[in-house]
Amino acid sequence: MTYLPVVLWTDALVFVLLAAGAVLAWAIRRQEHLRAPWRSVAQRPMAMGAALVLGVFVVIGLLDSLHYRERLPDSAPGNPQYSVEVLSVFDALLGALRTQKEKTYSAPLAMQLYAKEFIERDGERVRDYPRLQYGGAHLAHPDERLPDIARRVLRGVVEGLAAGLIAFGLVAAWDARRRRVALAAWLAGWRHGTLGWPARTVVVVLALLAVLGATLVQLAAGYHVLGTDKVGQDVLYISLKSIRTGLVIGTLTTLVTLPLAIGLGIAAGYFRGWVDDVIQYVYTVLNSIPGVLLIAAAVLIVQVYIESNPELFDTAAARADIRLLALCLIMGVTSWTGLARLLRGETLKLRTLDYVEAARAFGVSHARILGRHIFPNVFHLVLIAIVLDFSGLVLAEAVLSYVGVGVDPSMYSWGNMINGARLELAREPIVWWQLVAAFVFMFTLVLAANLFADGVRDAFDPRQQGRR
Amino acid sequence: MHAYILRRLLYAIPILIGVNLLTFTLFFVVNTPDDMARLQLGAKHVTPEAIERWKTEHGYDRPLLLNRDAAGMAQLTDTIFFRHSAAMFAFEFGKGDDGRDIGTEIRTRMGPSLAIALPVFVIGLLVNISFALLMVFFRASYLDVGGVVLCVVLMSISGLFYIIAGQYFIAKLWNLLPISGFADGIAAWKFIVLPVLVGVVSGIGSGARWYRTIFLEEIGKDYVRTARAKGLPEARVLFHHVLKNGMIPILTGAVVVLPLLFMGSLITESFFGIPGLGSYTIDAIQAQDFAVVRAMVFLGAFLYIVGLILTDISYSWVDPRVRLQ
Repeated sequence: MTYLPVVLWTDALVFVLLAAGAVLAWAIRRQEHLRAPWRSVAQRPMAMGAALVLGVFVVIGLLDSLHYRERLPDSAPGNPQYSVEVLSVFDALLGALRTQKEKTYSAPLAMQLYAKEFIERDGERVRDYPRLQYGGAHLAHPDERLPDIARRVLRGVVEGLAAGLIAFGLVAAWDARRRRVALAAWLAGWRHGTLGWPARTVVVVLALLAVLGATLVQLAAGYHVLGTDKVGQDVLYISLKSIRTGLVIGTLTTLVTLPLAIGLGIAAGYFRGWVDDVIQYVYTVLNSIPGVLLIAAAVLIVQVYIESNPELFDTAAARADIRLLALCLIMGVTSWTGLARLLRGETLKLRTLDYVEAARAFGVSHARILGRHIFPNVFHLVLIAIVLDFSGLVLAEAVLSYVGVGVDPSMYSWGNMINGARLELAREPIVWWQLVAAFVFMFTLVLAANLFADGVRDAFDPRQQGRR
Repeated sequence: MHAYILRRLLYAIPILIGVNLLTFTLFFVVNTPDDMARLQLGAKHVTPEAIERWKTEHGYDRPLLLNRDAAGMAQLTDTIFFRHSAAMFAFEFGKGDDGRDIGTEIRTRMGPSLAIALPVFVIGLLVNISFALLMVFFRASYLDVGGVVLCVVLMSISGLFYIIAGQYFIAKLWNLLPISGFADGIAAWKFIVLPVLVGVVSGIGSGARWYRTIFLEEIGKDYVRTARAKGLPEARVLFHHVLKNGMIPILTGAVVVLPLLFMGSLITESFFGIPGLGSYTIDAIQAQDFAVVRAMVFLGAFLYIVGLILTDISYSWVDPRVRLQ
């Protein structure tokens, strides 16, 4: 089997963002005054725990951003043909979770379908719940289900704890070596929380994540852990695939916002005069249009463009991807105004400070003053805005998908999941698992992001210091 | 004072013109009437004649900016820009795709929107301020930390969840209130309670946390130390001095959203079946009724600018120094 790598637009931008983050981290490591606030973030238990959870989401998102197309088995060797389905490395890792489809809805951990059907039993046609094709297929009798689930959960917990213990041992060995202390002394320090970093929280969160992961793996091997949706797709799979969409919206939108907000905000505050007037005028106009309506108008326009130029996109994934990118662009264009206003105000204050005036008196060029004196001093505001905006953008996606101007309906996203499941609430018994899965995943990501953002803000915002 | 207000009013005019030009560009230049017709007619029925007919029916068969066939002033007035964009300044929005007059729709739908949005605003403000004051009163204790964590948790829950959970538990499972719908007059109360409750609860997280920081900022000021130094009990300092001074940024910050309450909330109204402007807008977006979307963009921008002017006035009223600049 050979593969054709596919680089979607958002994939490319995600990896550009990753590279930029790496460069920034490298630059920060070399400067003590830049490292200090990050070290203070690392000392906060809540922020570090949240960062670990975010890390899991990010790894999944990155794996899900490496796309490829499989070569069709019956294509000629000289003229290879590739499947129109775009898969990712993450799909390959999940394996059977993607392909094991049932007929329609089934409840979490069920072994029978949600709807009754006519089935053959002992030569008779009876109306009953048919067995699932994959979920619990290894069981001979329904009574075996609960003991089997209990066994799998137990195995998962034990495996997870073992993995957590190994991770703990590695962390202990590494940190003890780094500090040049004996392992026993390190352990005592860990127990009393005197290591200078929240090692207890980190170990507990790591162990919890390992237990959760191992249990899910154990259960998913035999069941649909979160049930299946209307077309029989595994809900756990959909929820995991939606992570990438949420992360892309939360990060790429900010990437669009930053150049506009930084460039225009600082320019308005620094140059004053007509530049300030023009920029203020532009952002008041943009701000005065209700955000949802502006996004809706722009998305409708993008939709018309995509529909009238179908030849530009060779796969459905590429089409959905362009729409996602357009959504990020549009949300970025509508949301830069808040940060720009903040930066303008801060720059107004900074430009009157003595060192800036001195630089100007020495004849330092505007570009150099902006780059060396103004920008580094407003950078903390930019950083705080990035982390604070992230969670709001993830939540906004769900609302926009409901309005019908969110991501492409074929794309996996929590908004689309909620939208699809909303109408099924009227069923009896109700189909709750899709909604709950989408809300729980979204809540976990947003809560982790919010807690991390709080840590970052407390560490970077001088006004917050000494007060909580 | 009058000169100041006049200046702010004059400043609003170029912004409204900017909004108007932007919507004109978005809806008629980037996305031409031909595109709209194609989208509305659907892929199967697109013929050049059908597009022309659709454009004639909706009055989009004129040139964009300059009509060279007409005579005199009609060269400027018999155009799409004048008839569909400039006319909005006179609040003439034309007709939607369903043939109804948009202006009449807006007037009849403002009431229900306001019936939901106003209680959410007032009750929400009271609840958030009380919650924030409580946290500040017990500041730096476990109660405060717990309150802040609760706020972050509440903030992290999707707004859709509050609506769906409220509808499911309160309306469907416990049968306390109707799931959705609306009635005229006083009978509407039972349709209003649930949306208001959901609206207030979903706003607590971010609101209370924000007000808490405002009060905490206030508490570090000199007058609070003076009040304590002269022996006032902590409760009196907080509820008398800090509350009053903290209300200034809170209320002036809230003024800007006051006019926008007319627009209602998109999601709440559409979930609860309230015949307000929010559900009107959402229906228009979903039906791709550009005339209505355009009208709502203009109305929203207009109300926002009214809010900005009110904010400026309230600031200058509270703090006379602003006026002199």
